[in-house]
Amino acid sequence: MKTQNQTVRNTKRIRYTKWGYLFIAPFFLVFLIFQFIPLCSTIYYSFFKYFRSGLKIVGPIFIGFENYISLFSTDLPKYFGNTVIIWLIGFVPQIVISLLLAAWFTNTRLNLRCQGFFKTIIYMPNLIMAAAFSMLFYTLFTDNGPAKNILVSMGIVSSQFNFLASVSGTRGLIAFMNFLMWFGNTTILLMAAIMGIDPSLYEAAEIDGASSNQSFWMITMPLIRPIMAYVLITSMIGGLQMFDVPQILTNGVGNPDRTTMTMIMFVNNHMYSKNYGMAGAISNVLFILCAILSLIVYNSFTKKSSFDSPAQKRRGKVNG
Amino acid sequence: MVNDTSKISSAQPISKKEYNKRKFSLARLGCYIVLAILCFLCLFFFYMLLINSTHNNFQIQQGFLPLPGASFMTNFNNLLLNANIPVLSGICNSLIVSACSAVLAIYFSAMCAYGIFAYDFKFKKVAFTLILLIMTMPTQISAVGFVTEMQKIGLMNSLIPLFLPSIAAPVVVFFMKQYLDSNMQMEIVEAARIDGSGEFHTFNSIVIPILKPALAVQAIFTFVTAWNNYFVPALLINSAKKKTLPILIAQLRSADFLRFDMGQVYMLITIAIVPVIIIYLILSKYIVRGVALGGVKG
Amino acid sequence: MKKARRITSMVMALAMMTGIMATATGCQSNANQSAASSAPASSQEASSEAASSQAEPEGKVLNIWCWNDEFQSRFNAYYPDVKEVAKDKSTTTLNDGTIVKWTINPNENNNYQNKLDAALQNQESAAADDKIDIFLVEADYALKYCNSDYTLDIKKDIGLTDSDLADQYKYTQDLVTDKSTGAIKATSWQATPGVYAYRRSFAKQVLGTDDPEKVQEQLSSWDKFDQVAEKVKKAGLLMLSSYEDDYRVFANNISQPWVDGTTVTVDPNVMRWVDQQKTFTQKGYTHKVRGQFTDPAWTADQGPKSKVFGFFYSTWGINFTLLGNSLAKPTSEGGKEEVGNGIYGDWAVCQGPQSYYWGGSWICGCKGSDNIGTIKKVMQALTCNKEIMKKITIDTQDYTNNKSAMNEIANSDYKSAFLGGQNHIKLFADVADKIDMKNCGPYDQGCTEKFTQAMNDYFDGSIDLAKAKANFEKAIKETYPELTEVKWPS
Repeated sequence: MKTQNQTVRNTKRIRYTKWGYLFIAPFFLVFLIFQFIPLCSTIYYSFFKYFRSGLKIVGPIFIGFENYISLFSTDLPKYFGNTVIIWLIGFVPQIVISLLLAAWFTNTRLNLRCQGFFKTIIYMPNLIMAAAFSMLFYTLFTDNGPAKNILVSMGIVSSQFNFLASVSGTRGLIAFMNFLMWFGNTTILLMAAIMGIDPSLYEAAEIDGASSNQSFWMITMPLIRPIMAYVLITSMIGGLQMFDVPQILTNGVGNPDRTTMTMIMFVNNHMYSKNYGMAGAISNVLFILCAILSLIVYNSFTKKSSFDSPAQKRRGKVNG
Repeated sequence: MVNDTSKISSAQPISKKEYNKRKFSLARLGCYIVLAILCFLCLFFFYMLLINSTHNNFQIQQGFLPLPGASFMTNFNNLLLNANIPVLSGICNSLIVSACSAVLAIYFSAMCAYGIFAYDFKFKKVAFTLILLIMTMPTQISAVGFVTEMQKIGLMNSLIPLFLPSIAAPVVVFFMKQYLDSNMQMEIVEAARIDGSGEFHTFNSIVIPILKPALAVQAIFTFVTAWNNYFVPALLINSAKKKTLPILIAQLRSADFLRFDMGQVYMLITIAIVPVIIIYLILSKYIVRGVALGGVKG
Repeated sequence: MKKARRITSMVMALAMMTGIMATATGCQSNANQSAASSAPASSQEASSEAASSQAEPEGKVLNIWCWNDEFQSRFNAYYPDVKEVAKDKSTTTLNDGTIVKWTINPNENNNYQNKLDAALQNQESAAADDKIDIFLVEADYALKYCNSDYTLDIKKDIGLTDSDLADQYKYTQDLVTDKSTGAIKATSWQATPGVYAYRRSFAKQVLGTDDPEKVQEQLSSWDKFDQVAEKVKKAGLLMLSSYEDDYRVFANNISQPWVDGTTVTVDPNVMRWVDQQKTFTQKGYTHKVRGQFTDPAWTADQGPKSKVFGFFYSTWGINFTLLGNSLAKPTSEGGKEEVGNGIYGDWAVCQGPQSYYWGGSWICGCKGSDNIGTIKKVMQALTCNKEIMKKITIDTQDYTNNKSAMNEIANSDYKSAFLGGQNHIKLFADVADKIDMKNCGPYDQGCTEKFTQAMNDYFDGSIDLAKAKANFEKAIKETYPELTEVKWPS
């Protein structure tokens, strides 16, 4: 205590530094043990010829970048494209509807009733296992399935149209399932962000004569930017790693003509023979793509927000 | 099934013009229509699950019948009599794994996020960027390395490796960090410091309450993800006593032709979804309340 | 942790030793006797091997791995030495005190094989009581294991004799014969000969007769089959439901294995299937269902409202799946299995254009096992014992792998009401002998899956044949990286 009093500022900083490390220690310790070691082996083996032929293990033989080179002679760009397209078809309506719902729920002037009921219901599809969800969708949308028959009788699709044999049909179904499973989740996140905003800001805006629309775009949107960044990045990562829904809906084939084969399904195809070399190479490529995209999104969001978000400014001060 | 939890007083703003009132009631109608459609879509699949669990194998396999059948009790009894599908222990194991995952993930992630948010240290930026990067790692094939490692340290057939790794949940840390960015003021912490509160005590008594809505939200997400996870548990668990519900469902689905019974499969899926709905409803009430409190405080 | 395990296993072993002492003098079961009586008759090599393994003390834990509880239920019900089944069915205690430990891993996402492979690779270092003693395999991938050193020769290593195996159907042995040594590496209690099940009323309408022999005459080759399809279409009906309905029949009759070295060779008979399905699709002879069990339309096509002429099905499919699907009012809703309920009684079976099989599980003895004697008894009792085989068939309608037992039932006056009074066991018995599975291989599972999946898109019309072929080549090379080339028939 005495020494602290002598050079308060300095010791304080050092003391707090220690706490910073202490607070992040559990995360990184567990990460090292349970995730980093397996990750290293993934990266390591991507430079090897290493798979199983039946029960015999072939390799590991070091082959440098050969896996990566042969990877680019496959349809990798096509599968990456499939993944991005399917993600976008689901994500765009997801973010629009979620923003709309979050705005409605938090709009005191609109004052919707039964909010608790609606909020509770919209998240619920996420509780169903993706496998079960896909099974149900298959039953509904298969040729002669009830959903198709209803759509035909309503004149929306022609009786010749087969959802699971058409590119747009299958991609649309996968995107629709992703939308249903995740829009409630996104709404809840955005709502939590909006409700964290100081209500006095809205009151002040209302006194100044701002409309609901104006306060949404001028107050809400800038202030929920950090959470928007979170939603966008996690959804993008989730989208790029999309697996179980298309896997089960198309029985792992990605039909028709591999147009619904996602990146992770492609990885999974190589895991049948425990092909650590190729599967590792694809994973690493996906990892790099994900990382670049996420960092771009994150940086673009945080840079802009430092101009208008008071929270960011506060943090800036603490950072020194 | 679901009670309306927020009976918000429907008092209209007093000083509104008649014109505005009409405009809003029209807008409100539009909102209700959209919400009704979305709710129908959301609830329909629960209805389908429930209906399917009342039909027998042959009816289910011939396509979806919208009306309930008479096989609910038959399916239920068949499932409980199936000694190879220990439903009760499956529910227990799933509960242990999911609850531990959720608690560990939210507490330690909040801690990690706060560490990065509140303190100034050399590798702060590096640490946060690293967490962002970890989040983007595809887990599919690392899982195989993970299993090999668990085998080496003797944690095969144990529930521990199913929940302990969630201490390092980058997605949750990221969310907490973002939430702190927009909802937390360092002035409160500084005030606590002046009052002589220790850093750890400050975190537990001041930061955690502020984070409550975020904790509840992420607790649900983590719980549900763990509850529905098939991939990793299936790789690690062999013994019937340790199996979680998704493994049991997969096992029912790979039954031989004499026992293959989609009625039992749907019954188990329905049973498996009940605890998670209950937990969700408990936590969702908490979110609605917690969010409101957080709003007032901020 | 390891220490604790060792101590418990020692205690267990001690407890069991005393157990044996107590029981050794006591009960000798039926299977035991038959084992003792047949052993001396075996070839010299086999008996010496068996003798040497029996001289060593048998392990007290028998680990059995499988992907579902089918074998477990057969074992618990029909293995004569079963003393007690644990309440949760996780273990079965035998009369000599041996504890059978069941490890059941569902096969979703290839999980069973992945785990089995990992366990086999650890087999050598595993403690004696943790080693796998028996594991089960399915036909499609049986050779992956039977071609390896992890499986025991059922004659030389385990001690089954030619006379034990004489009554089994030959194809059930061909499917599990090690291609390099010629040794039989597994044995099955089932035989699953396939037939063609058709609707009697439709046959009368289209062919003028519903008599199985006369119908068979008109379906005895693929050309005739295609001609009947044309007639069926003209009558406003459909010949087949799924694209894959007759794939197995073509694929079981290929003239060379799918894979030789690192080259995949697509057999002309398989391409015959592709041509047939494309023609059928274009001419409207098929219901164009993708896959089989996964699609509700396929199941519904076996029901009362169907327009489909018939289905290729094997033993288990007839009395169980097809019967269940054909009822208008299911038994659980109070319906009865009788003529008048749906299309019960409107079915009959004939051999069809080519013989084939569909399904079945095989029992493998695992290398490193310390329970060779018990494995031998299990195999003898559950796959060679005529009385037990016959009992299984009578109790469960599962067609079993024993010619003389099956012929006894076939030659009885057995009649199936579901099949309009036909004795279909007789047909199964005839067909089962004709199945030839010499050209099976360790790659069959992947080739079948990837080939049918790639061709479905071609049948649907979303891609042309060249594209479908290219997609198959991609998929098969992803699945088996050691394969480098695909040859198509010219």
